[in-house]
Amino acid sequence: MTYSIFPLGDRALSLSFGEIIAPEVNDQVIAAAKRLSEGLGDAVEELVPTYCTLLVHYRAEAFDYAEMEQRIAALLSSEEELAAVQRRIVTIPVCYGGEYGPDIATVAEHGGLSEEEVVRLHTAADYRVYMLGFIAGFPYLGGLSRQLHTPRLSQPRLKIEAGSVGIAGGQTGVYPVASPGGWQIIGRTPLALYDPGRRMPALLNAGDTVRFSPISRQEFLSIAEGEQSWDLQ
Amino acid sequence: MGFTVKRAGAQTTVQDGGRRGYQKYGIAVAGVMDGVSAAIANFLVGNAADAPLLECMAAGPSLHFETETVLAVTGADMQPQLDGRRVENYASLRVPAGSELSFAGLNSGMFAYIAFAGGLDVPQVLGSAATHQYSHTGGLEGRALRTGDRLAVCGEERKVYGRPVALHMKPRWEKQVCLSVVEDRHAGMFTEAGLHTFYSSTYAVSPSSNRMGYRLDGAAIEHRGAADIITDGVVFGSVQVPASGTPIVMMADRQTTGGYSRIANVVSCDLPRLAQAGIGAQVRFRKVSVQEAQAACRDMRSELSEVRAHIEALRWQWQ
Repeated sequence: MTYSIFPLGDRALSLSFGEIIAPEVNDQVIAAAKRLSEGLGDAVEELVPTYCTLLVHYRAEAFDYAEMEQRIAALLSSEEELAAVQRRIVTIPVCYGGEYGPDIATVAEHGGLSEEEVVRLHTAADYRVYMLGFIAGFPYLGGLSRQLHTPRLSQPRLKIEAGSVGIAGGQTGVYPVASPGGWQIIGRTPLALYDPGRRMPALLNAGDTVRFSPISRQEFLSIAEGEQSWDLQ
Repeated sequence: MGFTVKRAGAQTTVQDGGRRGYQKYGIAVAGVMDGVSAAIANFLVGNAADAPLLECMAAGPSLHFETETVLAVTGADMQPQLDGRRVENYASLRVPAGSELSFAGLNSGMFAYIAFAGGLDVPQVLGSAATHQYSHTGGLEGRALRTGDRLAVCGEERKVYGRPVALHMKPRWEKQVCLSVVEDRHAGMFTEAGLHTFYSSTYAVSPSSNRMGYRLDGAAIEHRGAADIITDGVVFGSVQVPASGTPIVMMADRQTTGGYSRIANVVSCDLPRLAQAGIGAQVRFRKVSVQEAQAACRDMRSELSEVRAHIEALRWQWQ
């Protein structure tokens, strides 16, 4: 595995696998995270994978930077190919348009599409969860169809509801909690992407594949009310 | 067992060592701004270093105690008073039932800590009691305290634990600090002149600073090209430089990731001095190697263990 290593202060270090947003690079980040979490044991406080780097928070009381550098090299330099990480596929139900997707007409117009085509294109793709960050449970997704690329709102909204599915330039994503924002909102999911009360507080993990599946307003309400369950896989 | 908030103060929150292990989900760490002062407050009342306690920013609260409580106040000197009579910082205090703890005003520092024997009884969210106001997580309903709030203290049987201890410590919080930093991998994104600006200038902590980040006003640091990076992880103490050229130091409530180039990262044993320097303080940066940084932090940890041992020895003398 080819990487560069650099200290982030005295309690963390950063491994870089290339400075580019690409599935191959992100695969390496996620594979390295898996290997280090198994191999470094309690030397590590937490591992934070991003697009092309892995941030390692380590217990500097017990291990200094040079020791960490050596241990990481031993774990990552082995000739043995990193086993392909099994990628989980998660299907997220979305009610497109109407009150839940006020900007779907803007996205359609910008791409010279009908609203139905926007839904078809948005639900046809497989999206990679490159990383989670920015706010709790927020997935940085890659794989949006070029035809759906749309600039942000010129005036951000003061409040975007939790579960809103939006487009900003070439990115698509889901707001895990209500927050201000400038994304073009095309729909909403009744699933909670972030729930601190759950054992797994975030619905998604870095490295997952996300698919969106269209649902009706009726289905949205019954999933939201808990009357209907939704199979993620 | 517990107390009622008579006046909330400027920003009083429940904090602890922070919410660790969830940054990979985008969940912020939060926790205390000054981990050393908070640990000493907890040691003074016989708690673990990172037990839940109150962090008070700039102006302290008034708290009315329904039952006898043992507490200690450390960090910023806000001139604590019990029923209007001045009491000591850095000492464990036996507070009789019916009395009121208040603060006469900020003398030095920015964050004071009030620890309670047994610790605050607040629900743990993802393994921590720390309040992160931006995501409404932890502490008391994910927010700062308000007038009328009631908080409970754990462990009635432990409330009187040994003998009150006075450390006679008066840390003088400086308004001028020189912080050691370890250069970041992004240092190459700045011109030689830009790096020189960073290491030779004096910056002022901007009034728009908060628990999330300290914004610094002063000379702009020149980038070679773009100021932005592919979104990447940050740590407590990361010094980000956006296109404006003026640095922002990431503090306790920081987001887990950021898109601005990082010029350096403040060494963790210098973070309490930065946190306490507060708004308007003058800040300079000094480059050290990671080895020097880790040696300095080791020294600080052993000083803190000595303080703890000293407190324990005094506490048990009269038992």
